[in-house]
Amino acid sequence: MARLDRPVSRRQSQWLLLAAVTAFAPLATHMPVWLAVFAGAAFVWRGWIIQRGGRLPPRWLLVLLVIAGSLGVFFEYRSLFGRTPGIALLLIFLSLKLMELRAPRDAVVTVLLCYFLILGQFLFTQTILTACVTCLAVVITTAALLAANNDRPTIKQQFEHAGRLLLQALPFMLLLFVLFPRVNGPLWGLPEDRRTALSGLTDAMAPGTIAQLSQSDAIAFRVAFTGAFKGIAPAQSSLYWRGLVMPDFDGRTWRVSQTREAYTTPPYAEESRHSKPIDYELTLEPHGKRWLFALESPTTLPAESGLTRDYQLLSRQPVRSRMRYTQRAVPDIQKGLTDPPEVLQESLALPKNSNPRTRAIAISWRQRHGDNDAAILQAAEDFFSRQLLRYTLNPPLTGSDSVDEFLFDNKRGFCEHFASAFAFALRAAGVPARVVAGYQGGEINPVDGFLVVRQYDAHAWTEVWLSKQGWVRVDPTAIAAPRRIDSSLATAIPANETLPFLARNDMAWLKAIRYQIDAVTNGWNQWVLGYDPQRQRDLLTRLGLDADWRNMTALLTILCGASLLLLTGWVLRQRERIDPVRRAWQRFTAKLAKRGIVWQPWEGPDTLAARAASQLPAHATKIHAIARSYARLRYAAHPPSKGLVELNQSIRDLSL
Amino acid sequence: MWHWLHRLQRLLHEHFVRWALRVPTPEPTPITLVQRRVYVLPTRVGLAFAVALITIFLGAVNYNLSLGHALVFWLAGLGIVTILHTFRNLVQLTLRPGRCPPVFAGDLASFDLLLENTRRDARINLQLSFAGEAPVEIDLPAHTTNTATLTLPTTQRGWLALPRVTIATTWPLGLVRAWSYIAPDMRCLVYPAPARNAPPLPWSGEAFQGASNVGQGADDFAGLRHHQLTDPPRHVAWKAAARQDDGKLQTKLFSGQSAQELWLDWEAAPSTLTTEQRIACLTRWLLDADTAGLHWGLRLPTLRLAPAQGAAHRAAGLQTLALYALPPVTTNHGTS
Repeated sequence: MARLDRPVSRRQSQWLLLAAVTAFAPLATHMPVWLAVFAGAAFVWRGWIIQRGGRLPPRWLLVLLVIAGSLGVFFEYRSLFGRTPGIALLLIFLSLKLMELRAPRDAVVTVLLCYFLILGQFLFTQTILTACVTCLAVVITTAALLAANNDRPTIKQQFEHAGRLLLQALPFMLLLFVLFPRVNGPLWGLPEDRRTALSGLTDAMAPGTIAQLSQSDAIAFRVAFTGAFKGIAPAQSSLYWRGLVMPDFDGRTWRVSQTREAYTTPPYAEESRHSKPIDYELTLEPHGKRWLFALESPTTLPAESGLTRDYQLLSRQPVRSRMRYTQRAVPDIQKGLTDPPEVLQESLALPKNSNPRTRAIAISWRQRHGDNDAAILQAAEDFFSRQLLRYTLNPPLTGSDSVDEFLFDNKRGFCEHFASAFAFALRAAGVPARVVAGYQGGEINPVDGFLVVRQYDAHAWTEVWLSKQGWVRVDPTAIAAPRRIDSSLATAIPANETLPFLARNDMAWLKAIRYQIDAVTNGWNQWVLGYDPQRQRDLLTRLGLDADWRNMTALLTILCGASLLLLTGWVLRQRERIDPVRRAWQRFTAKLAKRGIVWQPWEGPDTLAARAASQLPAHATKIHAIARSYARLRYAAHPPSKGLVELNQSIRDLSL
Repeated sequence: MWHWLHRLQRLLHEHFVRWALRVPTPEPTPITLVQRRVYVLPTRVGLAFAVALITIFLGAVNYNLSLGHALVFWLAGLGIVTILHTFRNLVQLTLRPGRCPPVFAGDLASFDLLLENTRRDARINLQLSFAGEAPVEIDLPAHTTNTATLTLPTTQRGWLALPRVTIATTWPLGLVRAWSYIAPDMRCLVYPAPARNAPPLPWSGEAFQGASNVGQGADDFAGLRHHQLTDPPRHVAWKAAARQDDGKLQTKLFSGQSAQELWLDWEAAPSTLTTEQRIACLTRWLLDADTAGLHWGLRLPTLRLAPAQGAAHRAAGLQTLALYALPPVTTNHGTS
C-alpha cells in the first residue's frame, strides 16, 4: 500500500494521547490502584515529552516495563485471562504504546487499543451515562485516527469531521443493532472474576439482616404485568416475591439448605380454584447469586432454572447480568401435600435448650389442640396478636435466646424477628414451619407502569405445613403491622425512623422526577441493554416478520443497501456544480461538435466563433452573437443581468 | 518456482491495470475520473480494523454486552461510510497535462499535472505516483486547480512519454484505498546530454561564410544603445550601468555579431565517434556557440538548420539533435 512512511507528528501524538486518556479515565476506578497510577504516570510522562520535547524512552526499557506490568497483573489476578486482567493488560499496552509512536502503524495500533478499552468499560457499567461518555471517547478516538492520516486541520475541524462521519455511520449502527441476528452468549466459558459485593438478600437470615437492606433503595427487580393484570397491578398485599426458603435454624440464624434443583417442571398441577393467573415479565438486577424471585406459585420455570425440594426457584448459573424471564403465577395452588418426610423433619428441627419460654407456651398449644395443626396455627397467631409486638427498624439487640427476648421482653422487632419467632414457636409446637425470604410489595412507576421492587421491600415471612393444605404462607408481620403489607414500609414504621429517600412518602415532586429518570433507565435496560435474541424475535414478530435469521439477514442486507444507496446518491449529487454560463457554453460547443467543429481548449470564444463562422457561413451572425454574449458574461466587469437567459435562448435557437 | 510465480503475478497485475484503465492509451485530455474507473479496496490498516471489530464483536457476544454490540456496529458503519468518503475523495477529479519543459538526458524530467477540483469540498491527500515509485502528495481545496509535479529520471534523448500514473488516496481514515490509473498524452522532450570533452568549436573550412575579419570581429565593440528586454543579459553594459545614476541599462553592440556564422557540421566532428557521441559533441558545440552569442547553423546528414541565434533557435537546434535518427514517436504506456 502506498503510504508515506513519515514519523508521527507532535499534533498526532497529542491526539493519540487525548484518545488514550479518554478511553482510560472511566476505567481508572475499576483498576487496581498501582495500575491506575502506572497508566496515569505514563500519560503524564508522554504529555511532558510532547510539551517540552525530549526523547522517547529506549525500547529495552519499554520491554522491561511491559514484562513488569504483566507480572503485576498476574500477581494481582492470578491470571492473564478473563475480563479484568485482560483489560489491565490492554491498559499497560496502550500506555506503553504511546511511548513508541514512531511510524503511522503505531498510531493505528494505539487507536485500535483505545477502541478495545472503550469496549472494556462496558464490562463494568452500561448505564446511559456510560453510553454518553463512550460516545465522546469514540468521537475523540476517531478524530485521532483522522489526525493520524491528516494532521493539518484544526482541533475543531477534526472534531466536526469525526462527528460527521460517525453521524453518517449511525443509521448502519441502528439497523445492525436491531436486525443483526443475535446470539446468546457466552461463546466460551467465562473465567470467574473476583466480584464486588452486590446488595441483596443472602442465603442466611440473622436478626438485623433485612433491616439493613431497608436502608437501600437499590432496585432488586422490575415487573411488567401482562395478560389479565396489564395496567392494573394485583393488590399490594398479594405481592409476595418468594425467593429463599430457609428451613435450617441454629438458634440465631436461619439458613438455606437446598441448593440442588429437584424439579425441572413444577411438581404441582396448574389448576386454580378461585384466582386468576397472574402473568408478568420480571427483569432481575444481577445479584451474583442463583436464586430467582417469583410470585406464588410459578406454573412455568424460566430457562436454565429449576425448583429445589422446598420450591425455591434456582438458576443454574449465578445471576451475573440483568436477567429477564416471563412467569405465570397461580396464587392458590396447593403444594407440598406429598412432600417427603425428610423435608418435614427438617422443618421441625430445633436447637436444644434455647428459648424456654416460647417452647413452654408452644407445648401448651399442642396439649390444648391435640392433632389439630390448623388450630395450633390459629393459637400462635392469636398469641402474636396478644403480645402487642411493635414493628420497628431499630429493634434492640438480642442475646442467645433471641426469640424469647423478642416475644416477652422488648417486644420490638423487624420482619425477620417476627418470622423467626413465629417459625420457632410452631416448630416447638410440632408443626413443620420454615422461614421464607424475598420481597413484598413494590411500587408502580406511573410513567411506564412497571412495578419497581427495591431492596427496602425485602421481607421475611413463614410457611407452615398443614396436612390438608400443604405449605401455607403465614406472615406474622401482618399481625403487628398490617400496613406494611397493604401499603408500604413507610406507613408501617414510626415516623422518626430513617428510611431511604425513595421509601418515604413526602417530597412528591422529587419523587415525580425520580419516576421519570427511573422510567428512562428502565426503557434503556429493557430495550437497549436487554435487547437479546428473545426481544429481537418479539419485535420482528410484532412488525409482522417471520423472525428467523435468514429473514433478518435479508432484511438487514436490503436496508443497509438502501442506506448505502442514499449515501452514494449524496456523493453523486455533489459531484459537479458547474456554473450555468459554462454549461451553456458546453451546450454550444456540443452543437458545433456535431458539425465537426471541435472546440479546442486553447481557443477563446472569438477564435472559435471565427472558425465556426467561416465553415458555417449561414449561421455566422448567430454564432458571433453567442460568442460575444458568452464573452461578456464571462469577462465583462458588469455582465448584463439578463445575459444568461438570452445566451441560453440564442443557443437554443441555433439550429445547425 | 518463485520466480515464475512472481512473473505470473506481474503479468496478471499488468492485465488488470490495462483492463482497469478502461480507455485506449494515451487517453485524450482532460481526464475526468468517472466512477467506473475508480477502484476501492481495504488497506492493511483496514484489515487490521476489521480484525479488531471481529474481536470486539466476539467479546460483546461472549459477555452479553449490548453496548458492545452497539460499539462494534457503529464502528462497522464507520467502516462502510469511509469507503464512500475515500471514493468520493477521488471520483470526478479532472486532470490535464501541464507544463513539461525539455531537459537534458540524465536530468530529471518533470511532468506537471493540473488537478482540478470542481467540488465544494476539499480533496485531501491525493497521492500520484509511477508504478513502484514514492508518491507525490497534494491537497485540493474547494474549487481549485493545483499542480502536481511528477519527476522521472531520463537516460536517453528523444521523447519521453509520461508513464502510466497511479492516483490514489486513503483519506480520511486510511482504512480503504481508492485509486485510478491515468495515462494522459504527455511527453517530455529530452535533449541529448552534451559531451564532456568535446573538441573545440569547428572554426574552420566553411564555418566562416561571409566573415570579413577572421578571429577579430566576434567581440568588436561598436557602441551602446538603450537596453531592450529581448537583449541577452551578457550584452548589458554592467559597468556603464553602475556608473549611471538613473539606473537605465544599456546594451553593448558588437560589430562582428551579425556577420559571424558558425556551421556546426556533422562531418566536423571526429569521424571516430559513434552516432550518439557525435550528437553529444554537436550538442556541446551548440551550447557553447549559443553561450558565445554566435550565429550558428546546424548541418546533419539529412537536414540542416539555417544560421540564426536566440532562445528559439537554440531550442530548435536541441530538438533537432534530440530527435535525430530516432523512429517516429511511440508511446511506452503499458511497457514500463
